[in-house]
Amino acid sequence: MIDNNQLLRFTTAGSVDDGKSTLIGRLLYDSKSIFEDQIASIENTSKKKGHKGLDMALFTDGLRDEREQGITIDVAYRYFTTPKRKFIIADTPGHIQYTRNMITGASTANVATILIDARHGVIEQTKRHTFIASLLNIPHVIVCINKMDLVGYSEKIFNDIVSEFEEIASKMQVQDVRFIPMSALLGDNVVNKSENMPWFQGAPMLHTLETMHISSDINKIDSRFPVQTVLRPQTEDFIDYRGYAGRIAGGIFRLGDDVTVLPSGFSSKIKSIDTMDGQINEAFAPMSVSITLEDDIDISRGDMIVKSNNKPSVTQDLEVMLCWLNDAPAKPRAKYSIKHTSNLQKAMIKEVFYKIDINSLSRNLEDKDLNMNEIAKVKIRTTKPLMLDSYRENRTTGSIILVDDMTNETVAAGMLV
Amino acid sequence: MSKYYLNYLDELESEAIFILREVWTQFENPVILFSGGKDSILVTHLAKKAFYPAKIPFPLMHVDTGHNFPETIEFRDKTIKNLGVDLIVGSVQESINDGRVAEEKGKNATRNALQITTLLDVIEENKVDCAIGGGRRDEEKARAKERFFSHRNEFGQWDPKNQRPELWNLFNGKYFQGEHFRAFPISNWTEMDVWNYIKRENIDIPSLYFAHEREVVRRDGTWIPNSKFLKLDPNEEIVTKKIRFRTLGDITITGGDESDADTLEKIAIEVSGMRQTERGNRSDDKRSESAMEDRKRQGYF
Repeated sequence: MIDNNQLLRFTTAGSVDDGKSTLIGRLLYDSKSIFEDQIASIENTSKKKGHKGLDMALFTDGLRDEREQGITIDVAYRYFTTPKRKFIIADTPGHIQYTRNMITGASTANVATILIDARHGVIEQTKRHTFIASLLNIPHVIVCINKMDLVGYSEKIFNDIVSEFEEIASKMQVQDVRFIPMSALLGDNVVNKSENMPWFQGAPMLHTLETMHISSDINKIDSRFPVQTVLRPQTEDFIDYRGYAGRIAGGIFRLGDDVTVLPSGFSSKIKSIDTMDGQINEAFAPMSVSITLEDDIDISRGDMIVKSNNKPSVTQDLEVMLCWLNDAPAKPRAKYSIKHTSNLQKAMIKEVFYKIDINSLSRNLEDKDLNMNEIAKVKIRTTKPLMLDSYRENRTTGSIILVDDMTNETVAAGMLV
Repeated sequence: MSKYYLNYLDELESEAIFILREVWTQFENPVILFSGGKDSILVTHLAKKAFYPAKIPFPLMHVDTGHNFPETIEFRDKTIKNLGVDLIVGSVQESINDGRVAEEKGKNATRNALQITTLLDVIEENKVDCAIGGGRRDEEKARAKERFFSHRNEFGQWDPKNQRPELWNLFNGKYFQGEHFRAFPISNWTEMDVWNYIKRENIDIPSLYFAHEREVVRRDGTWIPNSKFLKLDPNEEIVTKKIRFRTLGDITITGGDESDADTLEKIAIEVSGMRQTERGNRSDDKRSESAMEDRKRQGYF
């Protein structure tokens, strides 16, 4: 591996029949990321279950219940590496009842892959997956039009599905969309270019994943440094050292930059940026560093250091697209803990503006009860101000979760409008 | 021109440092579970980076089965001394002596599953609320389902079907009295990533990982090291081979591979050509398809 090789995270959503497991299996198998003992174990189980050949789903479904029921329930993470990049696949179930798991897998993805069965074209599930990719602001979408072998590798069918998809996507905010006709089962356009579809001028899926530009997926403009903890070694060599440790959430920080600490509003300059490997002159998202300032200011976990000429909004009133993740429905006006970057406060859902029906994508203004897997636009009020960017600008400083203090469970995930 | 993106190893490092700092701030009394294997050594190295220039602000914890490679214990003690941190030891032998667990019987008896009780006991005794482990999602299919912050109930059990959703980098480490967490900062690393990083950072690891001459016996397709715990079958024969270990567990269950890889460069090349998973030589994982899931549900690492 060379020094510049990047990490790309992508998510796949799908159900049993659309070939998701076959596609993942193909990528892993052809990139030699499946080991012989794993194949032997899958062969063994496939035989026991009376399947012909290798059931690739057995490789991705990790829990006993998943293997027994033949369904993906929870997100599973898979890894493979090529000479160009390292890849993390968040493999998620596609069924509506597991929307929360799809959203979890999508939250950190650079790329969403959406599978369409060429025989069926765009179906309700396609809309749902595209909507989630749009809601979670996944920077790139690859639409895999799969099972082309079953439609005679027809260019017309491919083009028709592309138009259908363009139509639904035009109503959503999806950015970089690419279409690839493939047969995951036979390997057409997954790793190797298909000889059966000479009319397709684009690259196979793996080449696309290896070469697409992802450096701009992280905001490098608006400098944000949420303070995780304060490092005070109090050793002889570092007697007065007071470093603010954190992971840069956006933009670039350089020595001497004029910065402001929020919410207090005190200003200072960056004195040093430290790592165990030495001091550096600049640091950018998503680096973990420790920053010292010229002036002694009271700073603690939950505060945010930003450039003085570019500040987030500091407010107690949030408008959020909220996905409810818990069996117990949202309680109106109940208090929850809210987590935003390193900040932990109390919050209340003040108002549900509308719910979104994620199949029809229509707004429901009548029914405002928020149940598991439902998505709504809400207004949240916090006890203390948070330092916020919109989710479209910054996925790290624009996202929150709600925790129910009665159960300690994570009950909702929200994206700032 | 500078480049404003991280390569994959730097990104994994930055992610792990972030997780370790979250653990430190969200929990009262965390520890690093240190086995002397490469993964826990890596986690410890990353913890050094996370808190530099301060030292690691929490102890290391070792569950001592009494069936260790002597090299592992030596390495552990040297590490503790260099870091200047405390070591907590949970002893499986003591758990046996106290009647908390019973030794397995037969030729293939191991103390692997016995560790669960000792681990949970030592966690409770020391009021540990988060045990940081070197588990990786690529190791095993049940581990592929792990969260970075993984909840354990008051019995120390993992409920894989009822895990907290984990989105973005917002980690929820809230728990009730008696419960605890496991944290896995290197969840997203593969075996190859670990070796490439150890090579890049030139991290000190036990000599067992490098090819060396050792007395071994052929059993279940792997080379099991000779030790005072080994019970030989009449048809088994002790031979001397040049081997190295790909993972380190108890001396009784960890098989080695014949190898000439005696430097980090050679190991990285060898690992990249491996066609078997690294746990393939661990008889503890071979007992059934859900052996890891079953142990993890009970509280295993």
